[in-house]
Amino acid sequence: MKGIQAIRIARVLLSSQYAYMLEYRAEIALWALSGVVPFIMLALWSQVDASGGSPGTLGLSRLQLGRYFLSAFIVRQFTIAWVVWAFEEDALQGRLSHALLQPLHPLWRYLSAHLAEQATRLPFVAVLVGLFFLLQPDTVWLPSLAQALTALLAIWMAFAINFLLQSAIAILCFWSERASALERLLYIPYLFLSGLMAPLEVFPPAVRAFALWTPFPYMIAFPAQLLSGNPLTFSGAFAAMAGWIALLLPLVGLLWRAGVRRYSAMGA
Amino acid sequence: MGRYLLTLRRFWATALAGQLEYQLNLLIDLLAMAGNLAGSLFVISLFYGPGRNLGGWSWEAALVVLGVYTVLDGACSSLLRPNLGTIVTHVQQGTLDFILLKPIDSQFWLSFRTFSPAGLPEIVTGLGLTIWAAAKAGATPNPTGVLTAALMLASSLVILYSLWFGLATTSIWFVKTWNATEVLRAALTAGRYPISAYPLQLRSLLTVVLPVAFLTTVPAEAILGGISVNAGAASLLMATVCLLLCRGFWGYALRFYTSASS
Repeated sequence: MKGIQAIRIARVLLSSQYAYMLEYRAEIALWALSGVVPFIMLALWSQVDASGGSPGTLGLSRLQLGRYFLSAFIVRQFTIAWVVWAFEEDALQGRLSHALLQPLHPLWRYLSAHLAEQATRLPFVAVLVGLFFLLQPDTVWLPSLAQALTALLAIWMAFAINFLLQSAIAILCFWSERASALERLLYIPYLFLSGLMAPLEVFPPAVRAFALWTPFPYMIAFPAQLLSGNPLTFSGAFAAMAGWIALLLPLVGLLWRAGVRRYSAMGA
Repeated sequence: MGRYLLTLRRFWATALAGQLEYQLNLLIDLLAMAGNLAGSLFVISLFYGPGRNLGGWSWEAALVVLGVYTVLDGACSSLLRPNLGTIVTHVQQGTLDFILLKPIDSQFWLSFRTFSPAGLPEIVTGLGLTIWAAAKAGATPNPTGVLTAALMLASSLVILYSLWFGLATTSIWFVKTWNATEVLRAALTAGRYPISAYPLQLRSLLTVVLPVAFLTTVPAEAILGGISVNAGAASLLMATVCLLLCRGFWGYALRFYTSASS
């Protein structure tokens, strides 16, 4: 009985959020477009390969480079989390009070909003990928079923890590009204260590070893390597991702329980 | 003119007084700047290895480009984002009416109303990095060189402002264009690296359509003393055209402004 009700709630939440997100499709298209950084970096890295040295200097061929950055773009599109911004606004405007009264954990609502937004994003991302293949026809590749499935699993786990990490910061809104400033700081190591700016292969060994102790390379580089079919440089990545999720999930739960006790209903 | 200068001083004095209430923000801005700069340096260093470099630029010369980019980014956080970001809100809530009624140029008011100290550390560090790297790269300061460099930097600021203001102006029609400026910011990160590091087709796109080349590479060339007369003239021409276009576009857009909720 309980399972059936959970499925019903999930269906209603997802379909209503999807309808809501469709209203803002132009805005979401612009968001998708603002993820051009991997393409800028691809332009730079492909020049390095073409001009100086043999193709071996980077450890990746031109095709592998193109596929890696396209995969990084796709992974980024489907692992973006914006809980902090939504939660901060809801907390400051007092809308959180209503959500807290409902017999459903408010984070589920944000999760369904994210999933609905990803569904809205899908066609725009498909168009951009098509455009990329049109400009660089020789990079076209089709991952095998096993590759695609493992990549999908990795993308979902990466999204889970990002969502939990942001949720933990969002919950700090209960203590300080400006948690989004903290998120700005968290974005910096994410940007430079995740593999969005450069494939992990070109990192100096010491930096790469350090990066692997943080959750960031698992959020872009690992799923992108799986999706692009490039040789994997990770070992035990799925275990590491599961470890991060196992660490963050109880942390978010604990923070939430402590935070709600402090909640003073702003604007109510 | 005097009236505008006096207004500007009052605007910024009140804005500063307001912003200094939030001292923790300043600390976070400092940390964010340090992190961003360290990350950018790290990424540029990845391009330098045996037998490879960034578009034929030496490491020090590439740092001059990064320095100019940091200065522009600071100007964005201090002036462009706090001011031009509110145009959307004014259009949405109909408060643009009050600004249009004021006995002062509306574009001036919207462009310079507030000033955020958030970008100051970036401007100072960017200038420091530029001067240090230029000295390392062997640039010798002489009056004409410094004057040209200052002129090119001013021209790149004008181009950046015009792009941003032009995009913000479209909110008169589309109301919600907050994201459009996000796209512009993402595209402008291309300016962290010298233009010659890009493939040929992209170079012309980044010079004519989205003038990233004039934003960072041309000023950096001027600072390093290796600027051609053509590039300098093109930069000045681009700045003039952009400014006139954005001014004309604002006047044109206002004809379509119908005010909200009235």
